[in-house]
Amino acid sequence: MKQTRTIEIVTGAFIVLGFVALYIVATSATNIGAYGENKGYTVSAEFNNIGGLKPRAAVTMAGVAIGRVTDIRLDPKSFNALVSIQIDGRFNQIPDDSTASILTSGLLGENYIGIDAGGSDKFLKQGSGIQYTQSALVLEKLIGQFFSKAAEPGSK
Amino acid sequence: MRLLREAWYILLGFLEMMGACGLFLVRLIRYTPHALRRPTLIFQQIFNIGAMSLVLIMVSGLFVGMVLGLQGFNTLNKFAATSALGTLVALSLLRELGPVMTALLYAGRAGTALTSEIGLMRATEQLAGMEMMAVDPVRRIVVPRFLAGVISMPLLVGIFNAVGILGGYWLGVIHMHVDQGSFWSDIHTRVDLRDDFFSGVAKSFVFGVAATLIAVFEGYYAQPTAEGVSRATTRTVVNSAVAVLALDFLLTALMF
Repeated sequence: MKQTRTIEIVTGAFIVLGFVALYIVATSATNIGAYGENKGYTVSAEFNNIGGLKPRAAVTMAGVAIGRVTDIRLDPKSFNALVSIQIDGRFNQIPDDSTASILTSGLLGENYIGIDAGGSDKFLKQGSGIQYTQSALVLEKLIGQFFSKAAEPGSK
Repeated sequence: MRLLREAWYILLGFLEMMGACGLFLVRLIRYTPHALRRPTLIFQQIFNIGAMSLVLIMVSGLFVGMVLGLQGFNTLNKFAATSALGTLVALSLLRELGPVMTALLYAGRAGTALTSEIGLMRATEQLAGMEMMAVDPVRRIVVPRFLAGVISMPLLVGIFNAVGILGGYWLGVIHMHVDQGSFWSDIHTRVDLRDDFFSGVAKSFVFGVAATLIAVFEGYYAQPTAEGVSRATTRTVVNSAVAVLALDFLLTALMF
């Protein structure tokens, strides 16, 4: 009787320990926080070129993360990229003439969207679109432009 | 010509084994609801399979995590990217090493025990005795062990991962002085709950089914002699290892 009780206790401890370990790994070693922020509003922005932007990329304002890219589509008429951005509900006072630009973190880092506040007293809300956008800088194009400028006769 | 015929027989034998294994799995799943009504049997086996593997899993996880920390640090240091060490350790463990290493250790520690136990029951005619008493040995002996293995594996993988990340943390942050904040914040931004964590758990579940199925199958159909049981035990380790690695490739190709 004593022995079966020990077995039961050890087995119970093992099961509890296993679930606790799974829980700890899930909460403290993953981006679980990013899954909670579904309260908020979605705005859209149209870019000529999004570079390497991917869904779930960060959206920042002054370097502070305020939301995430939820969806990227191609507009079939204008052939521009339509990016849906979900912004956390706490940040509900962003002027509607703000500029969204696609930036790169570090020299080789990943792309994210930076929003620079405008001066309007109307705010972005669910479904509104960001008018002023700035596309990603594509390094190859930049280098190409540089060389074509340098090769122009009489430029200097 | 003879070579061709040999190859043909090997292929036939392989297919036969796969088929028998599959049928056995169907039988086990069909008896599962029945076995769930007697959870005591399952808990006893979770003790044998899971709780007794705990120390082995924790020690191995610690060492694997520390090796990852060390190797990762040496490589990342060349690119001045040691802040990504946490991500390297966590992603390697969650996606690959956790499930695979645990499954291989499990096959060696618990799989062999299952095979030799059931095989010896067959050799000493305990299974036949049960059949005489109108007790189906598959229901009474095999199914609880199978379920216990399937339940234990994801738990063991969770413990392996947790200890492994701690091992990597210990080596990277405390020994190599990687910044503690960047170690964790890099993990938090780059390890995805669904793509990395849950796909790892799904992997461990599949490995649990495969490794336990092979163990109980080899035990149940072992030749009822001392030599037969020993051969079945060897086959359990070899087949489980190959099955786990092959399934790992398949699942990785499917999920990522």
